[in-house]
Formats: sequence, structure tokens, C-alpha cells
Amino acid sequence: MSRRRTERLVNLVICLLSTRRFLTAAQVARIVPGYEHDEDDPKAHEAFQRMFERDKAELRELGVPLETGTNSVFDAESGYRIARRDYALPEIHLEPDEAAAVGLAARLWQHAGLASSASSGLLKLRAGGIDVDPHATLGIEPVVNAEPALETMFGAIHERRTVRFDYRTPRDDAPARRHLQPWGAVSWRGRWYVVGHDTDRGATRCFRLSRVVGAVTPTGPTNAFTPPEGVNLLDHVAAYAGTPEHRGKATIRLRVGAGTGLRRWARGVEPGGDGWDVVTLEYSDPESLASRLAGYGSAVVVLDPPDVRNAVIRRLTEMAAPAMAEELG
Amino acid sequence: MSGTDRLSRLLALVPYLLARPGIRIADAADDLGVTEKQLRDDLQLLFVCGLPGYGPGDLIDMSLDEDTVTITYDAGMDRPLRLAADEALALMVALRSLAEVPGLTTGDVVERALAKLESAAGDAAGAATRVAVGAFYSDETTMRAVSGALERGHALHLTYYTAGRDATTERVVDPMRLLLVGGQSYLEAWCRRAEAVRRFRLDRIDGLTELDEPSAPPPEATTSDVRAGLFQPSGDHPLVTLRVGRACRWITEYYPCEEVHDEPDGRWLVELRASDLAWARRLVMGLGPDAEVVAPRELAEQIRAEATAALAAYGS
Repeated sequence: MSRRRTERLVNLVICLLSTRRFLTAAQVARIVPGYEHDEDDPKAHEAFQRMFERDKAELRELGVPLETGTNSVFDAESGYRIARRDYALPEIHLEPDEAAAVGLAARLWQHAGLASSASSGLLKLRAGGIDVDPHATLGIEPVVNAEPALETMFGAIHERRTVRFDYRTPRDDAPARRHLQPWGAVSWRGRWYVVGHDTDRGATRCFRLSRVVGAVTPTGPTNAFTPPEGVNLLDHVAAYAGTPEHRGKATIRLRVGAGTGLRRWARGVEPGGDGWDVVTLEYSDPESLASRLAGYGSAVVVLDPPDVRNAVIRRLTEMAAPAMAEELG
Repeated sequence: MSGTDRLSRLLALVPYLLARPGIRIADAADDLGVTEKQLRDDLQLLFVCGLPGYGPGDLIDMSLDEDTVTITYDAGMDRPLRLAADEALALMVALRSLAEVPGLTTGDVVERALAKLESAAGDAAGAATRVAVGAFYSDETTMRAVSGALERGHALHLTYYTAGRDATTERVVDPMRLLLVGGQSYLEAWCRRAEAVRRFRLDRIDGLTELDEPSAPPPEATTSDVRAGLFQPSGDHPLVTLRVGRACRWITEYYPCEEVHDEPDGRWLVELRASDLAWARRLVMGLGPDAEVVAPRELAEQIRAEATAALAAYGS
């Protein structure tokens, strides 16, 4: 934006804030510097109208509440003004510790998505008279994971627009095109998810944003759907991404001095003699327990239950097989 | 810097200065995140803006000397513009993330700030109600103890589990800061044993004693840039190449990988840096037959030998 245009826009805001009457475009042109032109010259007038349209759009983009209306029923052309109560940030008083928390919060986004929104918001609070120490730390440095899809997704959630994106989990061979009415976003244990109505599946679905391939594209009109009342976004993500409960109990022999990681996690450790301990573990899925135990090789012998024991033996047999084949050959 | 950024800064600048008569230009520039030169240029521009009439009594006026500035006439620009939806969202979601951190601050300071911000944001706060934050730090006691030591500036004795070596060690550290990244919390500290800056995951601290001596990281201890991720593998870490099937592809989301290639048979060729080969052996043996070691050969041989030895215990 040129310096002249910036200057013109600042003057336009001041002018429309100061007037209680609606000002028509022609009146604005006569008052605000930068809009002067010969109204009788059709070309010049058309250029002014285009310029004024662009300027109004720019202000609306910034969030300036431009009101349109007429001063009396006899006015043919509508005019513009800015109502101070809609424009101005309401009075806000923050205690120093509250201001420090806001300053720290603004820094959370420093490497991710909403960094510029956070700093322009912080600037407005400062302009509202709040002192925020830019270097306050509270001894802590929080960092939000950068997620390219986040900003577009937030916009679509806010505007209630359907989005289209390609999605790929590690189990998929290729990304699949998905269509979603996004109800809300969730940050769960440091990862971002979006929850909504999947229009292809006709059901509520949850997506991890890091698995979105390429851009998220909003499609169709705004206010295209209404998110259901009382939906608990966290519950949806918890069901999708949560940790399963420990249900089963396994007993293993673990060589003394080995398997520190298993011992930290064990329910019980008892001496088993001959350089072995007997360790009790809780688990939810026998296959993933078998994977973990097989990782410890000959330091672990599974005693019980049989399905975990067999799963470990199966893994070890297949991993040992190439060596046997070599010995035979 | 885009023009829109400048325009929104200019609209905020008059009320900002109005609230701080006689502020040093250098301090204001630092606060606003611009150079002094840029700020002076902004002030020059504001000098020619004002109320219709645009005479001496209508234009924004200020007393400007070498170091300081005071607004003497604001032309009605005495309040900043309301928060936009994205600004309210950014600040409120970040505050909610902070509210999840146990022991961060005493009392309910974050909740209080959040409530005031929400009321000032008005309708713009609506967007933030559609974003939920669940951090669930599982190590609340440790986090409180670590932030306490940081606050009091004391050294810590740690019993720490190193997953890479599957071992627990004792060490004395000089705490520097608490890092919260990706739902995990870490203590960044000078480790007196390693004589280097180390990061300790809070859920792997098995024991902790606050010492009655000051935390004194040496001058060479500097906090690291965590932008590129926490684990920054170096050439010292052995490079491991695996060919993995569908069921093992999750490792590419879980561990930072150097390279991932799709192979024609649907398997993925994955290169990652291991903290050491013993760690890689545990990882690959845990992945099972669906993961094949391409390199180093030494690792593949270790795994075969270890699997054969392990099978002997089952008498088959």
C-alpha cells in the first residue's frame, strides 16, 4: 500500500468516526484528502468510485465496522459512518500478572499459524493502555506446533464453510479427497485435530491436521451449516486419539540389570533367582505388548498369557530365520 | 511488512501513545516490534492526518523531541479498534493452553486474564468457543517441582531415564527454562555431568531433589532454537535405513525421519538417525518382521543373533 493511500485511509477512518450523519460517497470525496476529482468528468468519477470501493473493502478487511444507511427517508443515496461504540475496543484493565500471561500467550504462536493475529491483537491491547512486557517469561517457554492447515481451517470453522482437502494416514497408500463441515478444532496433547460432519461418509469424523496433504480449500457459501448444540469436541478427539485402558496382565522373566524402561512401567518386580526377575505388566493390546517385549530380545522371556508369548515367539522366529537360512546355505 | 499491517499499526499508534505521554521513541519501537526509523516515519504520516478542515487545530498533534513523544491532540482516535475474530482466537486459545499447564502461575491469573479478554472481545470471542484445548500433562507433580526450582533459582538433582540407552542415571543440573512443545514438557538445563545443555522430558524424571545451591549455568550455556523441532539429529548419530510395511509406517509420524520414499511394492524406505544402535535394535525388533534393516549391515546381523538367542529360552 502506498503512503498516499495509507494516509487517505487514516483520514477516512477519522472522518467517519467523527460524523454522526451518514456521509455519501460524493460528500466523502469533497471532504477527505486524496479523493478530490472533477465530478463532471465521467472517467475521473469512475476512477474515484473504484478507489472508494477498494478502500471500503480494505477497512472492512481490517475489521473496521463501516455502517451504511441514510439520514432521512428522503435521501436517495445511502452513506457511511463508523459508530464509535462498534469501533472502539471496550475498556479493559489487566493486572500486571494478567498482562504478563497475555504477553506469554501471544508468544505461543511465534512459530506457527496465528503469529501475526496474536501480535496485532496484542498491539490493540497495548493501545488500550495495557503494559505488556515483551520479554516476560514466567520461566516457561511454550511453543505451538506449526500446522500449515490451521489458519484456513480456523477461518472455515468461523465462517461455517465446507472444506475440501486430501488426507492420508500412514496406513493409506494414497491420499483421499475428503469433504467436511468443520464444527471446531481441538489441540490435544500438542497435536491439532478438526472435528465435523464428513459429507462423504455422512457421519461425524475427526481428522489430524498433520495428515492433511497440501492445502485446505473452503468451498461453497458461508453459514452453510450449523454445528450441533452441545457437542464436546474434546470427547470426539479423545475417542479417536485417546490412550486405551490397561486391561490384561502379563508376567515375564526379565534379566537382572536389563529392561530399565519395562521396570519403570511394571506393576510389580520380584526376584526370580538365577539372575532373573519376575515382572508383572499391564497392557491393553497383546500385539503391541508383544512388539515392545520382542524389542528386548534375549533379556525377556514371556511366561503368560499364551497369546502374548506366542506373538513374541512368532516375531523372533521370523527375525531369526534369515540367519538360519544363511547357516544352512 | 504489508500495507495492511502498517494501517492497523497507525490506527493503534495514537491511542498507544496517548496512554503513555513522554514515552521514549526507542521503547515504543521495541514494544511495537518496529525500528525507530519506521516509527518516526509513522509519526510523520500521522502529522498530516486529522479531522475534516485539516487546519492546525484539526490535525493530530504531538510534541516530538529527539528521544520522546507526547500526543497533544488525538483527533478522536483515543481508542484502538476492537479485536478481530482471528486476534481474539489467537490470544484466547493460547491463554487456554497456558491454563492447562499445572503450576505455571499461582492462583487463577490465566483464567482471570481470559475472562477479561473474552468480555472485551465481545462477538469476536465467538470463534474461540469452537476451539478446544486438551493438553493433559501427566506429570503434574514433577512440573510443579521443576517450576518451583526455576522460580527459586536452585540446582536440581535428577534421577533420569534415558530412553535411547534404556538406562537410568543420576545427575545434577542447573535449570534454565521449562519448554512445552507438542504436548510434551521438557526441562532445559545445564547438565554438570555431560557439561552441556540437555533437555529432560518431565515424564522421564523418576526422582528429583531441589538442592540448596544456586542454579548457575556457565556463560556458554545457551537456550536452543526449538523452531525446527526438538530432536536435531547430527552426523554423530548412526543413520539407519529400514524398509517397512504398512503396519509399521507409523514410525514416520512418531520419529523425525531424514528421508521417506514409497517403494513400488507399497513398502516405505525410511532413513532415520538413531541415538545409538542398541536403541535401533530395540526399535526394529519391536517392529517385528514387517520391518527390514537395509543398513547398516551390522544392525541386521545383531538383530538376527539376538532373535536366535532369545528363541532358545522358549525351547524351540
